[in-house]
Amino acid sequence: MKYFRVEKRLSTPGWFAVAIPLLAISLALLSGGIFLYFLGVSPLQAYSSMFKASLGDAYGFTETIVKAIPLSIAGVAVTLSFKMLIWNIGAEGQIFMGALATAAAVRYAFVDQPFIMFWIMFAAAACAGGIWAAFAGYLKARWNVNEIITTLMLNYIAIHLVDFFVYGPWRDPASLGFPMTAPFPDAARLPLYGNTRVHLGFLIAIVFAMLFWAILKWTRWGYEIRVIGENPRAASFAGINYLQNVLIIMFISGALAGLAGMCEIAGLQGRLQHGFSAGFGYTAIIVAWLSRLNPLAVLLVSFLIGAMLVGGETLQIVMRLPLSSILVLQGLLLFFVLGGEFFRKYRVRLVSRGDN
Amino acid sequence: MNKEKAVPPLVEMQGITKAFAGVTANREIDFDVLSGEVHALLGENGAGKSTLMNILYGLYRPDAGHIFIKGTPYTFMSPKDAIAAGIGMVHQHFMLVPSQTVWENMILGLEDLPYILPRNEIREKIRNISSQYGLEVDPDAKIWQLSIGEQQRVAILQMLFRKAKVLILDEPTAVLTPQESLNLFKTIQQMTAEGHGIVFISHKLDEVLSLSDRITVLRKGEKTGTVQTSHTSKEELAEFMMGRKIAFTINKRSQAPGESVLKAEKISILNDRGITAVRNLSLSIREREILGLAGIAGNGQHELCEALVGLRPVESGHIIMNNKELENQTPKSFISSGMRYIPADRKGTGLVPNMDIKENSILKKYWKKPVARGLLINWKVVFKQAIDLVKKYSVSTPSVETPVKNLSGGNLQKLMLGRELSDAPKALVAVHPTWGLDVAATHFVRQQILHERDRGTAILLVSEDLEELLSLSDRLAVIFKGEIMGIFDNPGEATPEKIGLMMAGTPLQFLLKEV
Repeated sequence: MKYFRVEKRLSTPGWFAVAIPLLAISLALLSGGIFLYFLGVSPLQAYSSMFKASLGDAYGFTETIVKAIPLSIAGVAVTLSFKMLIWNIGAEGQIFMGALATAAAVRYAFVDQPFIMFWIMFAAAACAGGIWAAFAGYLKARWNVNEIITTLMLNYIAIHLVDFFVYGPWRDPASLGFPMTAPFPDAARLPLYGNTRVHLGFLIAIVFAMLFWAILKWTRWGYEIRVIGENPRAASFAGINYLQNVLIIMFISGALAGLAGMCEIAGLQGRLQHGFSAGFGYTAIIVAWLSRLNPLAVLLVSFLIGAMLVGGETLQIVMRLPLSSILVLQGLLLFFVLGGEFFRKYRVRLVSRGDN
Repeated sequence: MNKEKAVPPLVEMQGITKAFAGVTANREIDFDVLSGEVHALLGENGAGKSTLMNILYGLYRPDAGHIFIKGTPYTFMSPKDAIAAGIGMVHQHFMLVPSQTVWENMILGLEDLPYILPRNEIREKIRNISSQYGLEVDPDAKIWQLSIGEQQRVAILQMLFRKAKVLILDEPTAVLTPQESLNLFKTIQQMTAEGHGIVFISHKLDEVLSLSDRITVLRKGEKTGTVQTSHTSKEELAEFMMGRKIAFTINKRSQAPGESVLKAEKISILNDRGITAVRNLSLSIREREILGLAGIAGNGQHELCEALVGLRPVESGHIIMNNKELENQTPKSFISSGMRYIPADRKGTGLVPNMDIKENSILKKYWKKPVARGLLINWKVVFKQAIDLVKKYSVSTPSVETPVKNLSGGNLQKLMLGRELSDAPKALVAVHPTWGLDVAATHFVRQQILHERDRGTAILLVSEDLEELLSLSDRLAVIFKGEIMGIFDNPGEATPEKIGLMMAGTPLQFLLKEV
């Protein structure tokens, strides 16, 4: 009798790195097409309008970048912690804390000087996000409290904390009851590129991705992070301080996510409001995985996911498809891409019973 | 006698051979278990005890050989088949679900249970078996609430619940307090009285002698003998375990040791479970000297070594290196003082398997010039140094950018040795440095250790290989239950008999008095 057996691969052929994602994307498009067909929409038409809307013209292109900014900053943030096997899934909460601190800075420490104001907001957002994450990091390193639970729970606290302020003391009286603060003054807004909605966050995202890529690759500290992530026992054997590094990496991870929050409200929305982040902190986890924890790849992947988000919005408007159907398409893509990872590590063989 | 012969043994294994990636773990081993006996399986780490029993329990399939249960041949595809044939195994790490209750664990994996669980019947059955064998346990307790000893009782109960006729206990006393061990022995006697056969895996001579009816000794994958317990002695067993001949010749120059480099003064150390593993131990190692440390695994060697290199805190006492007190300082300060360590667990502790050779080569000096350049790492220098290292220690690898996980055991060890010895250490702790290596690699590693001693390093050599200890050591200490039983200033005086007795807990002074 023949049956399938799953075996671990000893090595992964080099061309797999290209072939598997390509195959995964094709399969996702194919199965997504079948799904669209049953919704009564022409798959080709849908895909082409998605493509056109996100990458087909200058406006779509810049909109894609706008979406990619928070994704890539937060993506680098979670990449750093994941690299050390610290599962910070609290980027969303850290984004909210960063945004809250930004709004607080605008409210209580406003300076009518764009340059100075930028750094005040920068420091406030980075500290708020950083401390939020470092708290979970300390619990993890000191008492081995599961950071997945703590960072997740801290998300809810952060989100509701923001709601408290935008529904309560900080609500703009002129907002007609909408839960949002007053618009930020110009000095507290990030500069835009030309006539687009792309803001300074674009540069921040690129700088951070390159900076942390270089740190991981070239510095002593980057080496320590990689050793801890690959083999914590060998790390202590080499005299690397675990507690200290967990605190630092969680602080930086949170600080970056906090800055993503700052960019989102000071760069794009111009005010703090209820639910200002469309789950960027969670999508960032997917971005980090798809990038195989490479900060440079995070830039590329966030751009692609950004394109998908923009394309999805168009599908909603042009094709009148419900939002949930867009989420199905995104889900299919992730399913195939992440599923493809399995074949990098394992192979499936047809063997006869009794063989070894 | 004839009548007994007619009853086939509960289990009979014939000519069992099993190899892993070219290393023979079991070679043509015969083993049997009779009804109502305790058959001890004795041997050092890596002798093949666990492999043999995992074959009997259906976890591995033998390359050659046959298994008979009550005279009928069986082929086990999985533990399920073995359990169905009446064989149960209690591993060192219990296969229990911590968040579930005792009774829930009992029925784990049982098929043909009724849709609605007969909880009360199950509880009743557990209580019956408990009282029958003296395995007191509350059926409604959750596993995580139980002590290790109680968890072991649950694991044994689980096997009895499945009507196991033969029980394999893999080093059951390793995790128990002496009191818990006594209770376990009572249970074992009860089980044999009921006609069960017990396989008792151990490397503790005392225990085996007091508990078993027969003893089979394995050494390096081969059976060295099966003896009636009543007809043997500690000395004979120690010889069986360690081998007698010292065939290995090695060039060892005599050296005049210098000043004391590494000193432990009355240190006490806890193990991972918070129990004292090393008690008031003192030792001193001088320049150009190898101190060998013999002892049966689990007598505090592991904790002692970890403390000496800064990986484990000491509860009391001092660790002094070059007149500096280092106890309870960071591993880095030990490293900076010139302490180097070759852990037993190469891939788990000593190396980072997914990183390449060049990255692994700087684990102990990535913060020092010229490898470090300010905050950066100078990979060009690292690359060059790694190439030199690979050449000097003849590590065979396609390149220095090969992940370490792809290297063989011998090459891993050469790489680690090279890294630890590359910047002229002052002291070295080497644990089982030749464990699992082939003859050539073994020879190379031993030569390097001797060379390092000649260069001036103070070396602590921990090994279970008596031949290695006797041929390399300048002095030889024996450890038992975290205390030094004595030190031979001239290893020539140390006979396997004497060492065997000391490993089993007889201090050297007593041996000298007797003579």
